Amino acid sequence: MPLHAWITLAAVLFAIGFFGVVTRRNTIGILLGIELMLNAVNINLVAFARYNADVVGMVFTSFTIPITVAEVALGLAIVILIFRMKRTVVADHLDILRG
Amino acid sequence: MTLEVVVFWGLAVLLIGSALSVVLTKNLFHSVLWLALSLTATAGIFLALDAEFLAAVQLLLYAGGVITIVVFAIVVTERLVGDRITQVSRRIVLGAVLAGALMLAVLRFVRIADLPVERPVIAVDVTRVLGQVLLTEFVLPFELLAVLLLVGLLGALYFARPEE
Repeated sequence: MPLHAWITLAAVLFAIGFFGVVTRRNTIGILLGIELMLNAVNINLVAFARYNADVVGMVFTSFTIPITVAEVALGLAIVILIFRMKRTVVADHLDILRG
Repeated sequence: MTLEVVVFWGLAVLLIGSALSVVLTKNLFHSVLWLALSLTATAGIFLALDAEFLAAVQLLLYAGGVITIVVFAIVVTERLVGDRITQVSRRIVLGAVLAGALMLAVLRFVRIADLPVERPVIAVDVTRVLGQVLLTEFVLPFELLAVLLLVGLLGALYFARPEE
């Protein structure tokens, strides 16, 4: 398989994740879309690393995966916190910063 | 049809199908389960790209850790609100147009890009080299990553602590 095939797959996955982020109204649903987009980026990094025989791309991926885990943990903690304050997880209802 | 082509298309169908289910399913809990499937398919893609260590990390951290955290968050918020969370999407057509435009814009550059067609043969053990590079050349970001993970998880714990 040429590298184009893997990159195309990652681009399609990224677009699907983007679709989820812009259409979901639930905050947790938006986080799931972000997860898909990050996954697409990881596929890109690993594919480029393999086809260039350079391990640095895989090092990058092994950094982004734990960072994503920390991001999800913090994001969901914020969701739970907002839920306690506002009794909702729908992003449209979160307008406490509006003047 | 070589084995590589079959594996690629199988994983691609599995990944795209489960990813579409993640963003289109009404039930939020089902959506998380589809995400688990797509993360596992990504681990399969890492395996197909000869990155065994990353496939294991993907399964342990993503399909194990992230899915558990998300399921906990859903269970907690559902228990607090008292009824099931159903989620509706908004402006699906506009979202599809935007995502399609993004995809076409990226694919345009992918098509004209000069990318390698054949994967080079790797004689060394990828996992061994990865470990060596992580603890020599990239040891500072590696340790900083440990600090970041600790701070992030402690911060999450602090945010989600029970109310006094």
